[in-house]
Amino acid sequence: MKPTLLIANAISKQFGGVKALTDVSLTIRKGEIYGLIGPNGAGKTTFFNVLTGLYHPNGGELLFEGYKLRASAPHLAAQSGIARTFQNIRLFSNMTALENVMVGRHVRTQAGVVGAVLRDPQTRREEADIHRRAEELLHYVGVADRANDLAKHLSYGDQRRLEIARALATEPKLLALDEPAAGMNASETAELRVLIEGIRNDGITVLLIEHDVKLVMGLCDRVAVLDYGVKICEDVPAVVQKNPKVIEAYLGGSVA
Amino acid sequence: MMTFSFDSLRQDKRAAIAATVGIGLVLAVFPFIVGSALGNSWLRILDFALLYIMLALGLNIVVGFAGLLDMGYIAFYAVGAYLYALLASPHFGLHLPVWIIIPCGAVLAGIAGALLGAPTLRLRGDYLAIVTLGFGEIVRIFMNNLNAPVNITNGPQGISSIDPIHLGGVTLAKPLSVLGITVPSLHAYYYLFLALALLIIFVSIRLQDSRIGRAWVAIREDEIAAKACGINTRNIKLLAFTMGASFGGVAGGLFAGFQGFVSPESFNLMESIMILCMVVLGGMGHIPGVILGGVMLTVLPEFFRHSAGPIQQALFGKILLDPEALRMLLFGLALVLVMLYRPAGLWPSTIRRREFSSGTDKEGA
Repeated sequence: MKPTLLIANAISKQFGGVKALTDVSLTIRKGEIYGLIGPNGAGKTTFFNVLTGLYHPNGGELLFEGYKLRASAPHLAAQSGIARTFQNIRLFSNMTALENVMVGRHVRTQAGVVGAVLRDPQTRREEADIHRRAEELLHYVGVADRANDLAKHLSYGDQRRLEIARALATEPKLLALDEPAAGMNASETAELRVLIEGIRNDGITVLLIEHDVKLVMGLCDRVAVLDYGVKICEDVPAVVQKNPKVIEAYLGGSVA
Repeated sequence: MMTFSFDSLRQDKRAAIAATVGIGLVLAVFPFIVGSALGNSWLRILDFALLYIMLALGLNIVVGFAGLLDMGYIAFYAVGAYLYALLASPHFGLHLPVWIIIPCGAVLAGIAGALLGAPTLRLRGDYLAIVTLGFGEIVRIFMNNLNAPVNITNGPQGISSIDPIHLGGVTLAKPLSVLGITVPSLHAYYYLFLALALLIIFVSIRLQDSRIGRAWVAIREDEIAAKACGINTRNIKLLAFTMGASFGGVAGGLFAGFQGFVSPESFNLMESIMILCMVVLGGMGHIPGVILGGVMLTVLPEFFRHSAGPIQQALFGKILLDPEALRMLLFGLALVLVMLYRPAGLWPSTIRRREFSSGTDKEGA
């Protein structure tokens, strides 16, 4: 069995009286593509936000590579190797595609004000590295030809890809994708699938929230299903598909 | 192909050097032209324009780059000015040299910037504007009231007879004689302010095109995404407040030495708004635009003041409206027109298209 990368231990999150997550525990292993599915409002994105430090959980803890992740510190989550994309794309709209990816390098570089002003050889080297790596990543996701266009002028599919490139720039060990195929047509989804498999083959573990059940079942090694903030199932896709609880959650009650 | 690109590169470099020398010459003789053509009052305006360029560039870091709406920026100008006034005037009997005071002013204003930034980190937009506005007023009111029980700022009377700026044994208050050329005081101040303005422009440009500058813009564009990219938004925002404020502190110190007098009056809300207008009107986040904004908003009101009287005299034979009142009216009208017809500012940044293939290093380094 592959070694463990992330352990979520009884994560709970409440918004007022609403229990968005109740004691959600799951284990993600190194090198797998792990799917997180569930009906709308099941708490998938809430789990993402807790994982990446945007929300403070009411209970439970996250162990990443054996170390406890500090709650509500998104930049530390990124530093320890968790990168994410957003359900409703959040790019830096008025920066070029290239600059967006260059921002992703921030967490792995260190030039400060003095370096920026004096532009000493070390800073120049670092800047050149940032530039080169950003270009490589744009090539990798396939939007290199739009490098100098503003992010907001890119097509929807390209924006999704650019967001993945920006996330990859932080050198993640775990890449969390929040509905990357939303709004994509069949051919774009097929290309995305190739991209995600490529990322996994490069040794990056992928956590995927997705509505496209066909994509999830075809792509993921293991899948967890959330319903009303509770994990109802976690297994390989073939088993998950046959689980009566999952069928009930998706189809709404027993079939009369 | 190779020789062609090398030739064009060399030509580019030559053109850049020629342009730099040309602009340098113009800037060098500019005060003499203005002084002889328009007189000393315009020379003073020119000196002030340089101070406002420094202020506008400082605020541009906070508002233009990091997108944090700061309505109390003048407070940092006040900190720099009062520090100079206290350390180089008969008020405390201290007469420290300028090269100590100005850096201290930058540091102290930077600390004030961090103090303003720390409690406002979670605020954005209009909420941040209100808090910073309050901060600016607090600083002014402090200056106004710190004359009792211990007299520190001399209250509303302000501090007068501040030492003029002197470098080494040379004072800028009297005409200088350099290589047989007599440089009047206002000209000398112009050169000093120009040098510091150029330094601030240089620092601004370098910061913009750096890891830190990109992080500022990222926070402006989407703070949550910036956090998810691993940017420590707290530190980077505090850095923006600190850097912006330190520019204001430098300008404030120069102002005190130039004017010879400071009082809380000079640091009211209207001044903060004026500097914000320079940034917004010039083109937020675009350094040449902000410089243009600084020049325009210093020169335009003065131009209206000087021209409103004579024009009325020529048109109607007498002065119908007080030029002083008319000046602000026309100025307001100009602001409205600019914002209507050029909402992105007079000189907004264009999408930077790199002419050469993206493989070449854009810095040419």
